[in-house]
Order: sequence, then C-alpha cells, then structure tokens
Amino acid sequence: MQVASMHFKERAHVKLHDERLQANLKKMQGKFVAKRRASLAEVGDFEATRDAGKAIRNRALENLDVWLEMFERNATARGATVLFAETPADINALVLEIAARHGVAKIIKSKSMVSEESALDHAIEAAGLKVVETDLGEYILQINDYEPPSHIIGPALHKSKEEVAQLFHKAHGTPLKSGIDELCLEARGVLRQHYLTADMGISGGNFFVAESGSVVLVTNEGNATLTTTLPKVHVAISGIEKIVPTLEDVATLMRLLPRSATGQSISNYVDVLTGPKGDGEFHGAEHMYFIVVDCGRTGVLASDVREVLRCIRCGACMNHCPVYQNVGGHSYGWVYPGPIGSILTPMYVGLEKAQDLPAASTFCNQCGVVCPVRIPLPDLQRKLREHAFERGLRPWYETAGFRMWAWVAQRPALYALASKIGVRVLKAMGGRDGLIHKLPVGGGWTEGRDMPAPAGRTFRELYRSGKGGGA
Amino acid sequence: MRVGFFVTCLVDLMRPLVGFAAIRLLEAGGAEVVVPPTQTCCGQPAYNSGDRADARALAAKVLAEFESCDFLVAPSGSCSGMIRTHYADLFADDPVMRGRVEALAAKTRELTDFLVNELKLDRVPGRFDGTVTYHDCCAGLREMGVKAQPRALLAKVPGLKVAEMAECETCCGFGGTFSIKFGEISARLADNKCGHIAASGADAVVLGDLGCMLNIEGRLRRRGDTKTQVLHVAEVLAGERP
Repeated sequence: MQVASMHFKERAHVKLHDERLQANLKKMQGKFVAKRRASLAEVGDFEATRDAGKAIRNRALENLDVWLEMFERNATARGATVLFAETPADINALVLEIAARHGVAKIIKSKSMVSEESALDHAIEAAGLKVVETDLGEYILQINDYEPPSHIIGPALHKSKEEVAQLFHKAHGTPLKSGIDELCLEARGVLRQHYLTADMGISGGNFFVAESGSVVLVTNEGNATLTTTLPKVHVAISGIEKIVPTLEDVATLMRLLPRSATGQSISNYVDVLTGPKGDGEFHGAEHMYFIVVDCGRTGVLASDVREVLRCIRCGACMNHCPVYQNVGGHSYGWVYPGPIGSILTPMYVGLEKAQDLPAASTFCNQCGVVCPVRIPLPDLQRKLREHAFERGLRPWYETAGFRMWAWVAQRPALYALASKIGVRVLKAMGGRDGLIHKLPVGGGWTEGRDMPAPAGRTFRELYRSGKGGGA
Repeated sequence: MRVGFFVTCLVDLMRPLVGFAAIRLLEAGGAEVVVPPTQTCCGQPAYNSGDRADARALAAKVLAEFESCDFLVAPSGSCSGMIRTHYADLFADDPVMRGRVEALAAKTRELTDFLVNELKLDRVPGRFDGTVTYHDCCAGLREMGVKAQPRALLAKVPGLKVAEMAECETCCGFGGTFSIKFGEISARLADNKCGHIAASGADAVVLGDLGCMLNIEGRLRRRGDTKTQVLHVAEVLAGERP
C-alpha cells in the first residue's frame, strides 16, 4: 500500500473536522471498550493469562528459525507447499505464479492485512485476474474503489450503515435498503456466487502452528471457511512472526484474542487447516500453499522494538487509544493504524516516512495496559523517538531547543536566573484575565487552548525568601 | 523521617503554591521535609523526546540531590513515575548507576500515595465548600497506581463532595511536547475532557499533575468557561488556593 504516514497531521486535521466520521467513531469506541471489559470477567485470572500469552509469544520469537523449519517440515509432510516472501513484491509474484500454475481466473479472499502491505488485490487485477474480497468490511471497501482499511479487525468501521446502504445500492443496482440484516443478506447473496465460481481462495493466518503445520483462522462471518475449502487452491498468507509452537499454545492465545478484540468468549468460527484435502476426505482445497512473509520482520526481530512482534492483531490498542478514537485509522496513512501501527509502520516502511506516528502519542499507556501479550507500546514508541533523534530526523530547532533547555537545567544558578525572568515575562503576557491567548514559541498549544499564566515568582524564589503561602 | 521534596519544574515555574501546599501536608503528617535547592527537572521532556544523553545527565543530578533522603516525594504522578519506572532504563548499561537509581526508585512516591500509605494522614487542614470531580492523570494512574489515595484524602475535607465524571481515566491530551507538536489533536482530547467535567456539574476539577492542569484549564477557558476551578489535589487538601 502507498505510504501516506508522513502526512499524519494534515490527515488528522481533516478527520477531526469530518462530522460523519466523528459520529461513527464515537459510536464504535464505547462498544469495543465495554464489551472487552465485560468479557474479561469470565476468565478467572486474565492478568495471569496475559503473562502466559506473553511467554508463549516470546518463546516462539526467541527461536523463530527453529519453529519456522518445524512448521515447514510438518506442513510439507501434510502435502502443503511452503513458500517464503522476502518483500511485498515477492508476495504478489508468488500468488500470481500459483494462480498461473493452476489456471486460476477468479480469486476470492478472506481478510488478510499482510496482503494489504503488498497491495495484492491491485497486483492480481493488473495481471488480468478477478479478485473478490469476502470479509464484509473488506468487501465494502473494495466496492468503494479500494478504500483503505481503517482498523485491523473491522476495516470498514469508519462507515455508518447508511453509507454502506448507499454503496450497495450503487454497486449492486438493488433498491436502497436500511436494515443491517437486509444489507448482510444482500452481501451474502452476492458473495455466494463468487465462492462457487472461484478457482482459488486466499486467506490470512492468525497463527501458523509449528508442531502440526496448520494455519489457524479466527473469524466471525464464516467467509474464511468457505474461502479456504470451496476453491481448488488455498493460499494462506501471514508473517513469519505468526508462528506458535503448539496447538496448546493456540488454545491459550485464543483465551486472549477474541476477548481483547471484540469482547467475545470465542469468535463464531475458528478454522484449523492442515494440508490439502486427503484421500477420502470431503472438505478442503486440492492444493494448499503457505506464503510466509518477512517484509521487514527479521529487521524488527534484530531491533530494540522486537517485542512488537508478539502482537496477535486484536486491535485492543487502537480501540482504547484516545488519539485513534479521535482521528480514526485513515490518519495513520498505512496498513496498521493506532499504537501498534505507530511501531510497525516506521519499522516496515522506514522511520523517515512515518516519524510522526510514534510521536503522536500522549504516552497515556492505555494501550499498554490492555495489550493481551503485554507489548509495552509507549516504551517502543519512545525507542523510535530515540532513533529519530539520533538519526537527526527531527527539525533542527526542536533538537537545539531540547539541548539548550537540558544544558541550562543542569546548571542550577543559570536555571534559577532564566526561570526567574521567564515567569515574569509569561506573567506579563497573561494580562488581566491571567491567560496567554497566543504563545510565540510552542504556538501549537494556543491554537486550541489558552495558557494559564504563571504566578510570577518561582517556587524556589519564594521558598528561599520564606514567603511560601502559609508554610 | 527525612522526605526530599521534589518540587517539579512545572510547579516551580507555573504554580508555586502547589509546592507549599504539598509541604504543609507532608509536615502535617509528621515528615521532616527537605528541599534540595539545586533541583530543576527530572529529565522526562528529554527522555520522551528521544534525547537519552540529556535525560541521563538530569537523572544523575536528581540522584545526587535526593539519594541521601529516606523518601523522594513529588506532587506529580508524571515526574515520580519518570523516576520510579524509567530511570533504571537510562542506566541499563551501567550496573553501578543502575543499582543506585533503582534504590532511589524504590523510595520515590507520588504525594497522595505517600500521605495515605506512608504518613497515614488522618486529618487534612483544608476545607472546600462545593463539589469537585477528580481527573486521574495517566502516569499517576498507570505508573504509580494512584486511584483510591486522592479520593480517600478528599473524603476527609470538610464541606467537599465528589461527583465522578464519565471517562475520568481517559487521557486529557497533554502528553508533554505532544500538546505542542500535535496541538489540534491535543486540544480535541482536552475538549472531550472538558465536556465530561461540565457534565459532572462540579465546581472544580481536581487532579495531581501540573501538565494536565494547564491543559484542562487552558481548554476550559478557551471554551468560555471562566467558572470551573482547576485545582491541584494538594491545594484542596491543604486549603491553599489561588
């Protein structure tokens, strides 16, 4: 996908003034937060389960090469073909090669965020093949001229049902509908035809299981089951970091994932797919491929933000993020929005293209306290700020300002003098109402707020002269 | 008990009365308060902006100033959180310094937590005739575990009633330099907070961090609310208000 993360501020500005989007965001936010909270009550010790989830993900990442080899061995033994994609272009090339090998004309897809990284749908269409998204959210976006997703588990969450109704009316040439049920039925009617006529199904992969060579898919609409079993070819695409050692591990992670994502005890469907259809088996694709994707992940593994690779893509961090809740997913300008995206985007596309994302955080750590695998997201955002500072990516005046302030703060006598002058100037700027309406430096503050003027004497001055209030 | 009082740079510059109110409370609880005169800033602005070297230098300075005290207490969850949860990271590669800052971290406390859990303050000097709503500042809440302590203390203030607002734990949008770099987003978050404060019907919003105070007060006034007071919890408890 094209990277637009360098325009985060401008995009956020537009979204903050998009009234329809703001209304949609407000509606979604409360639902996610309340449902998650309610679902945690069913788990005896959710905090201990988080610890277990973190440990499982760490164990997988610490010996990723070993688990990947085991996965490849076991998947191959079950008759699947395991391919590795180093770059986004490799993903697309591999998919097109597989399609050519099996004479594929039409492809259906269940949800895959990794395929968004490589803009796979565009590559498929450019090769002259047809592709249909079957996840309802992805389908809505596809018929809206491939609008980008705004959320990792609910790609069209930014849309209201009225907007969806208009889109269906336009794309399907059907009478305008208003109820969610009738819209879903209409989508089902349209998509059913595609399931039955597609030659190849592409899915993502929530987990790749090393001990069995399986892919695990966590969905709610049933579309992944149809996508992966009806066409003759199934291709599962996911990142190298999605490996987990055992099915037992998956069971533990499944206690965390649906609850953190949608507040469900378990998703409506959990598919565990192992190898193509065997002799005498009724269900399944005849040919099964895995595309195991790097696309920057080994770089992350070797970096000081490797903990981000524990992510199981639940979306809780964005659902709870006050910045995401107000600017929406599109502001972030690439595949993964919110706190998780503020780490992944700079790491996958380059910090110089996305340095605003780790900066656009208040460090409130609401994301960190809900993350089911305890990724310390603010700490990782800070690491990326350090990288930006060290690489000289910040504006010179900002760096110079910090250096000067820190230099003064290390010299108490100079600091005392500077602050003494500073508070008097600021007090004078405050005027009669004691408010500064426009700051000459740091004007970002006074765009939307006043700055309460200081008292005019510093604490240290008053303390030294013994004039401190009643103390 | 020798308590080193870390004023914090924002209290020093913007609202010195908060510092005196805090000292009064500490002394009411029987602490011997010392105020190291050379103190400036904990280094958090540098740390959060990616400037590790300067953050380290300032951390070493705070260490030297407060190491000899039995406790370091700050009227801020943010600055005490910086010292308690982040100083060790700054000296990850220096075992000697790391050991020293870990010892300092272990005796670093946020003011209301210290008043409740160490000094076990049972009476407070302040009085407030009206209703307040309490905003939980992020670092206090999520780094220092400050939630029940300020409410327990406010319950002791004669005349004071608490009316909790919706989303009292949601960030006000301050975020240090975030408030300047992303002023528009920051102001929107502050505006949401002001809406909840107004809906609570309280006469004052009370909180424990200067950055959030300036942010919320700045947005309230810009919205045209000249009435709702924005008070540090120490000012209310000590009965010292501007």
